[in-house]
Amino acid sequence: MALAKISSVTGTAVHIPGDDLDTDRIIPARFMKCVTFDGLGEFMFYDVRNDPTTGLKTNHNLNDARFTGASIIISGNNFGCGSSREHAPQSIAKAGYRAILAEGFAEIFFGNSTNLGLPCLTAAKADLQRLAAAVNANPKLAVTVDVANERVAFGSDSIPAHIRPGARDSLVHGRWDPIGELLDASAAVGATAAKLGYA
Amino acid sequence: MGQTLFAKVWDAHNVRTLSNGQTQLFIGTHLIHEVTSPQAFGMLRDLGLKVRFPARTFATVDHIVPTNETAEPYSDPLAQAMIDELRKSCKDLGIKFFDTNTGKQGIVHIVGPEQGITQPGTTIACGDSHTSTHGAFGAIAFGIGTSQVRDVLATQTLALGKLKVRRINVTGKLLPGVYAKDVILHIIRLLGVNGGTGYAYEYAGDTFDRFTMEERMTVCNMSIEGGARVGYVNPDETTFAYLKGRPYCPTGTAWDEAVKRWKSFASDADAVYDDVVNIKTSDIAPTVTWGINPGQAIFVTENVPALSDARDETERASLDEALTYMKLAPGKAIKGTPINVAFIGSCTNGRLSDLEEVARFVKGRKVASSVKAIVVPGSQIVSQLAVAKGLDKVFTEAGFEWRAAGCSMCLAMNPDKLIGDQLCASSSNRNFKGRQGSPTGRTLLMSPVMVAAAAVTGVVSDARETFSIN
Repeated sequence: MALAKISSVTGTAVHIPGDDLDTDRIIPARFMKCVTFDGLGEFMFYDVRNDPTTGLKTNHNLNDARFTGASIIISGNNFGCGSSREHAPQSIAKAGYRAILAEGFAEIFFGNSTNLGLPCLTAAKADLQRLAAAVNANPKLAVTVDVANERVAFGSDSIPAHIRPGARDSLVHGRWDPIGELLDASAAVGATAAKLGYA
Repeated sequence: MGQTLFAKVWDAHNVRTLSNGQTQLFIGTHLIHEVTSPQAFGMLRDLGLKVRFPARTFATVDHIVPTNETAEPYSDPLAQAMIDELRKSCKDLGIKFFDTNTGKQGIVHIVGPEQGITQPGTTIACGDSHTSTHGAFGAIAFGIGTSQVRDVLATQTLALGKLKVRRINVTGKLLPGVYAKDVILHIIRLLGVNGGTGYAYEYAGDTFDRFTMEERMTVCNMSIEGGARVGYVNPDETTFAYLKGRPYCPTGTAWDEAVKRWKSFASDADAVYDDVVNIKTSDIAPTVTWGINPGQAIFVTENVPALSDARDETERASLDEALTYMKLAPGKAIKGTPINVAFIGSCTNGRLSDLEEVARFVKGRKVASSVKAIVVPGSQIVSQLAVAKGLDKVFTEAGFEWRAAGCSMCLAMNPDKLIGDQLCASSSNRNFKGRQGSPTGRTLLMSPVMVAAAAVTGVVSDARETFSIN
């Protein structure tokens, strides 16, 4: 099973401001009544995009036609905190996003995203603000998330970004879904199980 | 140099180092439920993979199962479909399933410990972030995504990076009216909702030494709300006494050997930690969240923050967002705020000791007429034990609804949901926007006894006053 080597992502971006954007915000639990992840894209950030009281679309960037087609999300600190639901990164990926830039990521969300081939890179708050300002001023600005070299380039500007070496290597070398490598160690797994001392 | 429990358990389960530097970690015990696991079976089928160790996976239903009806088919066909999917997969693949007709179904983090499946020195994974609960037994237990559920089913291993370890020492006896829930809410308030990112939390100190297993579970349960994927307490005599005689625990000489092995996993006295935090119980009072994450908490005697309290622009933005959503009066006492719903239950506080403690205070009292109050036992066994003690009658006579076991209004995937912007005093673990089923619903997290105080008075109350606890 050959996986894509994700060494960089280029596209337009959208700013989703705020810290601690939790997984319930990304995909409310009521949309998790499904035995497949297909179709989750339309429910991504549903209650952020739709006013729960009026039912009308909010004036959030995610509803702004200027950002239609964006493939990179820019957000704040502790993105994806909360539950382990893979529905959260699945909904983001199914909605067409291919990279997320934030000040920080919650542990489980980060792992789930990496395993789906969705790079999550952190950057300094001031740098992200500069990037967001540039994107808001020019929504068609091409942004390149260079995973391999841990930089984000936009226009004539660029900012440093970071990703854990393990995740970076997995993405860059096309090994972000670990199942193949995990299956390879069948004998070693059996040996570990045998010496554990519990069934 | 001594080692931490985390390091010892990690090393014992380390299969090998992967090409990206991560560890291929053996998962001794795998727990699954109906919401995040059925998709993994589909992934296995698509890849033509088998379940490697079916006997190491245990299933139950909790997230979506209704607690107000027990006859099937359930009113919600989607809920029925998810439960049926799990049933079928477990039957086909030979996975032990604690189904609704077994008398043993319940929230997965309550079922594991009460069956004795949760044991010290083990690795436990489950497609649910509150899997950290099992750390109370000295296990390394953590939540995983659905693709990782697939990985565990197919290989019984996961690709993971090692965490750092922060020891959190808590010393002193809890003050009257203060509970384990207040301890963890206080820890999250101090260290922040992302303070634990990249860490496992080791909870220690004489407070934890004295805690019962159920109190330890309440604290470990909410580790993830502080950003820590793993939280644990070193195993001791309290742990072994809890486990002895449970269905999945060894017996006879095997028990003695198991206890010896379990003890060997406890952190060494000279273990070195990446960080150490010291907390005194004398600084902890009954705690209530006022905002939209579990770190936005105050003592019940304090005022809701005002925008002018913000120390910088980031904090101001976050205060503003939370205050706007919660519609609470900035700078005013939280005490006296009218509530609409009271929820007692969840993997945080749905165990027998929680229900016993609440029943002690609500006996002979009445839920305020303005409040809808529900008690949802965390498992069928908790329910049976509570009924045997007559607690269900205490609750129903006080005006609480007594429900079947499940997650219920903690995440509101079943019919138990807030309506509109109702305010809920809740013994659960998350106060995120929309968490309890209504996109404008509001949640105040607190201990079960504080929920009971709010239920009988109709307003956020200091349980120490309401119930004369001193």
